Amino acid sequence: MQVPASFEYERAESVPHALELLERYGEDARLVAGGHSLIPMMKLRLAQPDALIDINGLAELSHLGVDGDTLVIGALVRHAALLADEVVGTYFPIFHEAERVIADPVVRNRGTVGGSLCQADPSEDLSAAFAAVRAEAVILGPGGSRTVPIREFHVGPYETVVEPGEILTELRVPIRPGAGSAYEKVERRVGDWPVAAAGAYLRLDGGVIAEAGIGLTAVGAEHFTAPDAEAYLIGKAAEEAVLREAARIAAESCEPQADQRGPVDYKRHLAGELTYRALSRAAERSGS
Amino acid sequence: MSTPMGFGRMHRKEDARFIRGRGSYVDDVNLPGMLYGAILRSPHAHARIVSIDTSAALAHPKVKAVITGETLAGLNLAWMPTLSADTQAVLATDKVRFQGQEVAFVVAEDRYSARDALELIDVEYEALDAVIDARKSLDEGAPIIRDDQEGRADNKIFDWGAGDKDATDAVFAQAEVTVAQDMLYPRVHPAPLETCGAVADFDKVTGKLTVWCPTQAPHAHRTLYALVAGLPEHKIRVISPDIGGGFGGKVGIYPGYVCAIVGSIVTGKPVKWMEDRSENLMSTAFARDYHMRGEVAATRDGRIQAIRVKVLADHGAFNGTAQPTKFPAGFFHVFTGSYDLRAAHCEVTGVYTNKAPGGVAYACSFRITEAVYLVERMIDVLADELGVDAAELRMKNLLRSEQFPYTSPTGWEYDSGDYQKTLQLAMDMAGYDALRREQAEKRERGELMGIGISFFTEAVGAGPRKHMDILGLGMADGAELRVHPTGKAVLRVSCQSQGQGHETTFAQIVGAELGISPDDVEVVHGDTDQTPFGLGTYGSRSTPVSGAATAMVARKVRERARQVAAAMLEASPEDLEWTVDEAGGSWTVAGTGAGKSIQEIALAAHSNLELPEGVEGHLDATCVYNPPNLTYPFGAYICVVDVDPGTGQVKVRRFIAVDDCGVRINPMIVEGQVHGGLADGVGMALMQLMAFDEDGNHLGASFMDYLLPTAMECPSWELGETVTPSPHHPIGAKGVGESATVGSPPAVVNAVLDALRPYGVRHADMPLTPAAVWRAIKGDPIRTDMAIT
Ligand SMILES: Cc1cc2nc3c(=O)[nH]c(=O)nc-3n(C[C@H](O)[C@H](O)[C@H](O)COP(=O)(O)OP(=O)(O)OC[C@H]3O[C@@H](n4cnc5c(N)ncnc54)[C@H](O)[C@@H]3O)c2cc1C
Repeated sequence: MQVPASFEYERAESVPHALELLERYGEDARLVAGGHSLIPMMKLRLAQPDALIDINGLAELSHLGVDGDTLVIGALVRHAALLADEVVGTYFPIFHEAERVIADPVVRNRGTVGGSLCQADPSEDLSAAFAAVRAEAVILGPGGSRTVPIREFHVGPYETVVEPGEILTELRVPIRPGAGSAYEKVERRVGDWPVAAAGAYLRLDGGVIAEAGIGLTAVGAEHFTAPDAEAYLIGKAAEEAVLREAARIAAESCEPQADQRGPVDYKRHLAGELTYRALSRAAERSGS
Repeated sequence: MSTPMGFGRMHRKEDARFIRGRGSYVDDVNLPGMLYGAILRSPHAHARIVSIDTSAALAHPKVKAVITGETLAGLNLAWMPTLSADTQAVLATDKVRFQGQEVAFVVAEDRYSARDALELIDVEYEALDAVIDARKSLDEGAPIIRDDQEGRADNKIFDWGAGDKDATDAVFAQAEVTVAQDMLYPRVHPAPLETCGAVADFDKVTGKLTVWCPTQAPHAHRTLYALVAGLPEHKIRVISPDIGGGFGGKVGIYPGYVCAIVGSIVTGKPVKWMEDRSENLMSTAFARDYHMRGEVAATRDGRIQAIRVKVLADHGAFNGTAQPTKFPAGFFHVFTGSYDLRAAHCEVTGVYTNKAPGGVAYACSFRITEAVYLVERMIDVLADELGVDAAELRMKNLLRSEQFPYTSPTGWEYDSGDYQKTLQLAMDMAGYDALRREQAEKRERGELMGIGISFFTEAVGAGPRKHMDILGLGMADGAELRVHPTGKAVLRVSCQSQGQGHETTFAQIVGAELGISPDDVEVVHGDTDQTPFGLGTYGSRSTPVSGAATAMVARKVRERARQVAAAMLEASPEDLEWTVDEAGGSWTVAGTGAGKSIQEIALAAHSNLELPEGVEGHLDATCVYNPPNLTYPFGAYICVVDVDPGTGQVKVRRFIAVDDCGVRINPMIVEGQVHGGLADGVGMALMQLMAFDEDGNHLGASFMDYLLPTAMECPSWELGETVTPSPHHPIGAKGVGESATVGSPPAVVNAVLDALRPYGVRHADMPLTPAAVWRAIKGDPIRTDMAIT
């Protein structure tokens, strides 16, 4: 049995209480949400925090709904809740398609959206999905709250702009009528992390692409996206040759690393193939 | 489901406790004052140990003892014999030889402190070059791994061969068509959900040592502890409680068991040691790792004439394979498959590498898995070369039923078979011709669909003691049957279930033989103080050996009952006949209605009834069964896959499995065994793999990296059966525990390669992950046993 090193445990009663606990315990305290990333690392002793601050009881962080023209997802929303929500599925099929292939039901029942993004694993599926739809992250600290575009949220593998005393509270996603989205992933087995995955978001206007979002994960795409490919798409018709070319540009911009999931050439190929497939389906879904 | 009197479907007796969570595993054993052990393992694949400083760990307030190789050397226990009569370090003294090797053992008051204390042990290593790629192990100048062995100058363990080389070469020299193919059966791991562990309790007052440990061979463990540690055997009790999966990985003795025993002797307290998942994957018995080259000679019209094989076998750092002494490559002899050949020959070279020891674990029937994979891949390679249908080629070359008993070119006597019937049934169930038509249409549209076949014959139930022993212990097994006065029975057997359902099937055998309900038979196993000697459960041997012992001991009881019945009926024993009807079994006087039920006889056997001279009271009996031959189960499997050419993903759409394991005692349990084995096969073919980087870092040491298949990767299995009884087994049964694990990987791989035929791909090594399939299509296959770079 794998056992973690010893640590203190505190249960936060409210968001301000969580902030207070973070301040009290300092740099070596860690928030625990679903615990599906943090606890395994502790058991393997890759992480040895002095204290765990449990935010699971904080209903203020579990809200999920539409606020005006924005979809608001609390940081503590579980994968399973995002997957089950009909409104999310109507506006953003990309989230449902991504969630369906993230881990397994056991992990999805506890794992949270905020925990996934804060873990900042370079193979995280939701990072690609949120990058594709250009979400914003809301971060709360002792000095108040700030909003960061998701494409500036990750600063490197396992690193985000969230500072030690801060909490990610919610994600905000702009809803634009007529947009379509999709997610494509190749995994070695159900529940496995992606070998590569791509999300796409397209809004057509007058038969041409007015807005394009591409999210990529596990393939070394900077900020989980491919801006050159997105720029290429703007103003063009969503036809096969165009989408293929955008996919090729996206694949070129990736810097995948070889591991037991696959060699570099294969991962780059997948980045292109899956971007193309996701773009095609997003185009089919976008009304124009 | 009602309880049948004898054979048939009945719910497993074990299920009542397992589905209520009331099973009792080794980690459920908790004794007063028990301490906990943890093992410090080597981070290096090959390194000299310069020094070990345990002082800081010993200073930890909750640590009771720290044991190192040096401590053990003082007790002459630093090394132990392996099942292949090599030696293995219990705790390293001179060098570490694989990543994850055991270096020190901490005993503490709780699990957490034991684990914390590992970090306080300071080991200084001097790293050495490692031998990771088996193909380089015999190179000039390769580092010598086993320099502990006197006079050793290379890494070779053995050269071994079977068959007739000259006759085979002669056939090849004249052959119209020959094909050759290199292939790897990669290193995989049985990965039982329950890891290994032990609770050792040495009682200083009585001198009795009790070891709870999930072992598939409790009696062999007891004898080995006696021989190695010099403890008196009658003072050792090995208890193998419920086991959460074995698959061959729980046959041998691991260093942790020895450490727990020494820990208990040193501290005077019971010591529990349970390994974690990574430790299990990194250090316990792996399976396969056979680098093979097969060649087939045939006529142009598709008659297979001869097979020739060369194997490089990677055994890791210590030769710890579990197999009968005379068989360093197990029963690889069956590489001749199920076919009518003129000649065959194989050569196997075993080598050391800086990887974990082990060898045959994982439902492989002593290397039959590798042999079947080889021959079934080669048949497809030949079909490709000849441009003929793979099913047709098999049908044409399978042994015919009138050829049995059949002596193979490597000298094995196949007991019984009706191969064409079995293959035909599988093809009918699959709708083979329609599948081929569908495939042709799909190919026109650029879609990839594949149909893969395998036909396997296994040789299981080791085995005749004259030829088969492990470390000198003959592979015969005992059974004891006690019948209580009210006719309820207790059967004690030497084999040990890890999920095979012995408590049910063995009760059914007794029930069938004595004409009593299986509910009235209690099966006792897994405790050396309570069961007769025998070598345990692996290699599909329980039904062929212990099942036979069970039938034989029940027949002895029945004969004793005849004597008692004769006294009761005042008849001559010869005039009695045995009958079984719905009410049960009875001895009746032939031609009259007079008879006594087995329950009446049992009561009389314990009563004041006067028995004739020479007839003892009670009905109890014992028996040791020495099998006259192995049994040869067989089967025909067909797998249908769809492959996405853009991503390389494989979807197993259908799987048809027709098994012939002779007489089926409980068809439901047989089907369960087959289901599990098929899932295993899909796992090995498509995802399971333990690869290493050049430095010997293990790249599959967690379930995030070592992938087990789930229900999502498995189609709804389509099972069929034919029944060809074994002529020499008392109830005509053959083993089935490993059939599906043996037979399914080649069916899946053949299906994928059949799908890839439009690209001219003839072979690709397992596991056929999306990346491996895509690279095979590109003509640039991945070497699956090494790190992907
Ligand atoms: C078996 C398995 C398979 C998986 N497969 C996939 C997969 O296929 N694809 C995929 O994308 N992911 C996968 N995951 C990852 C899974 O999605 C994440 O483990 C999980 O969702 C992370 O969320 P959590 O709530 O469990 O985070 P935790 O483990 O609780 O936390 C993770 C990190 O985020 C920090 N954190 C959490 N919440 C906040 C917050 N509100 N503000 C600031 N910091 C915070 C924590 O301090 C910690 O450092 C898998 C995980 C497992 C165990």
